[in-house]
Amino acid sequence: MQNIDVAIIGGGAAGLSAAIEAKKTGAENVLVLERGEELGGILQQCIHTGFGLHYFKENLNGPEYISRFIKTVHELGIDYKLNTMVLQISPNKKLLAMNSVDGPLRLQAKAIVLAMGCREKPRGALAIPGTRPAGIFTAGTAQRLMDVEGYLVGKKIVILGSGDIGLIMARRFVMEGAKVEAVVELMPYPGGLHRNVVQCLEDFQIPLLLQHTITNIQGRDRLKRVTTAKVDKRFTPIPGTEKNIECDTLILSVGLIPENELSRGLGILIDTKTGGPFVDEHMETSERGLFACGNVVHVHDLVDHVTWSGEVAGKNAARVVLDTFPRYKERISLSAGRNVQYVVPQFISGKKPVNLSIRVKRPARRVEINIGNELAFHKPVVRPSEMVVLTLRENQIMEKTKLTVIVRKRR
Amino acid sequence: MKADLIIIGGGIVGTTIARELSKYKLQVLLVEKEADIGFGSTKANTGIIHAGYDDIPGTIKANLCVRGNTLWPQIAAELGIPFIRTGSWVVACKDEEANTILKLKRRGIMNNVPGLQIIDDRKQLLMLEPNISNKVLLALYAPTAGIISPYEAAIALAENAYHNGVQIQLETEVKDILLEKNAIVGIRTNRGLIETNSVINAAGIYSDEISAMCGINHFSITPVRGEYFVLDKNLNGYVRHILFPVPTPVSKGIVVSKTVAGNLIIGPNANNVNEKTDLATTKPGLNEVFEGAQKLVPGLASKRGMVITIFAGLRAESSIGDFIIEAYDSPRGFINVAGIKSPGLTAAPAIAEKVIQLLKNMDSDLNEKKNYNPSRESIQRTIDSLSTNQSWTNMPKDPNYGHMICRCEHVSEGEIVEAIQRGANTFDGIKFRTRAGMGRCQGGFCTPHLIRILSRELDLKAKSITKHGRFSSIVPYEVKESLMEER
Repeated sequence: MQNIDVAIIGGGAAGLSAAIEAKKTGAENVLVLERGEELGGILQQCIHTGFGLHYFKENLNGPEYISRFIKTVHELGIDYKLNTMVLQISPNKKLLAMNSVDGPLRLQAKAIVLAMGCREKPRGALAIPGTRPAGIFTAGTAQRLMDVEGYLVGKKIVILGSGDIGLIMARRFVMEGAKVEAVVELMPYPGGLHRNVVQCLEDFQIPLLLQHTITNIQGRDRLKRVTTAKVDKRFTPIPGTEKNIECDTLILSVGLIPENELSRGLGILIDTKTGGPFVDEHMETSERGLFACGNVVHVHDLVDHVTWSGEVAGKNAARVVLDTFPRYKERISLSAGRNVQYVVPQFISGKKPVNLSIRVKRPARRVEINIGNELAFHKPVVRPSEMVVLTLRENQIMEKTKLTVIVRKRR
Repeated sequence: MKADLIIIGGGIVGTTIARELSKYKLQVLLVEKEADIGFGSTKANTGIIHAGYDDIPGTIKANLCVRGNTLWPQIAAELGIPFIRTGSWVVACKDEEANTILKLKRRGIMNNVPGLQIIDDRKQLLMLEPNISNKVLLALYAPTAGIISPYEAAIALAENAYHNGVQIQLETEVKDILLEKNAIVGIRTNRGLIETNSVINAAGIYSDEISAMCGINHFSITPVRGEYFVLDKNLNGYVRHILFPVPTPVSKGIVVSKTVAGNLIIGPNANNVNEKTDLATTKPGLNEVFEGAQKLVPGLASKRGMVITIFAGLRAESSIGDFIIEAYDSPRGFINVAGIKSPGLTAAPAIAEKVIQLLKNMDSDLNEKKNYNPSRESIQRTIDSLSTNQSWTNMPKDPNYGHMICRCEHVSEGEIVEAIQRGANTFDGIKFRTRAGMGRCQGGFCTPHLIRILSRELDLKAKSITKHGRFSSIVPYEVKESLMEER
């Protein structure tokens, strides 16, 4: 049994910033456990730009962004293990991991940071009917195959879902000589960032079919055809609006799920709205000394925010080790009200400033975001695809136990 | 090429017969038109080992189902595959259904099904199955029913048969059966002629077409499609028994059960289709299945987000209604094993026994081998060796067993390489042998790794790696390939 101060599960954007901050705060023995063959996580396959605009005030691509953190990890002498899968974590902070060099690894940590990221929803989650040929990929898988492995998965592409990875992939396919027949989106508005809709679809004249879905998949060996249909307000396909599109590839960009299998095994409380653990302003979960950050908590749209949440988690994990962790008696719960899908963190002390991440349910213009009865923030526009981040100062918090966040039209 | 006997079809029926025949001094060849064993109806069914109360007493089905049920535990143990006797319930929620339950029990007793019991204490029912509909009135409990993985079973049977001398030829489609003077002399395939005097037709939904090649036309096969949902393993334990509704004349109804891997499976419905390749799920079909399942387990309504995959399979429904297991005077040497729909998986080992009997009656010289070995080593699963042995002293020599490739199902590279060495040559072939790609992300993370490993081990270009054979290439092009060609 090896003893470590802070064990970090996952070496992506969240995990690396947590590791760096834990080390800088004073934890000596920090270990990053990464299941992939290199550090960096999903950013290593994101060769497009748009990363770091907030954190570095620079426009970087994914590998550039994450390489800065990897460099710091090396400079600080932070330990990491690659190709290492954590199989089990127990609440007393014992870990069981596995790789081909060490075999089964048993570790005892003083604090743990969960930074496993998220996974893509597969076809089954939508139950799209039809056959099961080759040629159906989630967007991230197609991206990895294209931009890391060097394979083009097809030449006539239909993309279901206008999430960011789907939009980015639409442009990548065009650049690699494939034809993107359409991007099909169930909702009346796109699922990804506005800038991606403009730069990836409009600039390349790729049709975006809003309020449409895919009702059938055909092809025995390789995908031959998909059927699209317009949907009504209840998202039911409207008969008579079906159209067949000949294609060899269907890309699914229909949502991400925080990967919390280890967290569930641990018994920490999961918020059904985010799909991730309940956390407080220190990114501590319902179990003491167990922290979570990045997409394992909720799915972020910008990596900059992932990095920041990692820093908070790493810093506080180190404080647990150093016995300087501030535990407040006060606990104010934040809950999602009108037009709010979720708010993170779900608990705050009210004793210090905190950044709130708010995901709205529906797009709206000229809105007022109310936090409790006292506080109102104005925003010209809010979209489900673009997380609202507000800083709440300690002197702004009046209520003592519960705050509801709502988004409504400005009066 | 030459063989004493050829089995057409590498599904659960063909492979069980192959293994049974591998006990004898006989040169047996199994031909399968797909790229792997179990790629037909076998890969797409519920995986239930039925108790045997459904079928009308006196039918072949009824007899072989009950017999098959008693044979499976030993076979599963010999082959190193999981078989779990969960027991099954037929659940009545309305008064008029209660009569059917009583009728089923009487039928079961006539079929010699052991241990049948009617549970009519609602409190007890709800205690034993906490998520069942609170409308439940009574249930027929059959303790001998169980679950198995049908494709794992077929693959394991084929492996064991192979080790006992049976030859297996994949991607080999029978085009004709050659006859001379009312006797079989060979078969013609897409790969050429093979001489033989005996043919066993275990071609599943195509068994009528194979039979017709011998001029035996007294039955036809209609493909009857069943659709399914598979749900996340986090629902393991959500139901404890195989839950059946009260059956209809067409089918046993939409089942809610767990799988041996711990997923929840829901299905099937039953719809006749025109094409024997029509494996498409449909919106109305899927709705029918989910709604049907919700009648038994209403809480499923909130679990739709936990569906990880959907699929459809085809039953081989014969115009006769019963299994067709028969030999003929003309042509000599031909045995039909046709119309094997449910409970075909359960009955398979008993069907194989019956086939041996038919061969013996045909005055074939069946002499037992001395060196027949009934046991098969299963693929060494890293995750299993960890949970059973906390210190993992039996660390495999190959470090690949420590490298996890499939995160959701915890499948190591060593297991995947072993599957390839045992015959997996496609993506689905690896999936069915190791479960890599069968978890909650459905291959999202491991697909690139599987392509790399398959390509390395089989020494093939990535574009030649297929999902399930034929033209199902996964990554057909390389980046910038078209630019290279233009230059």
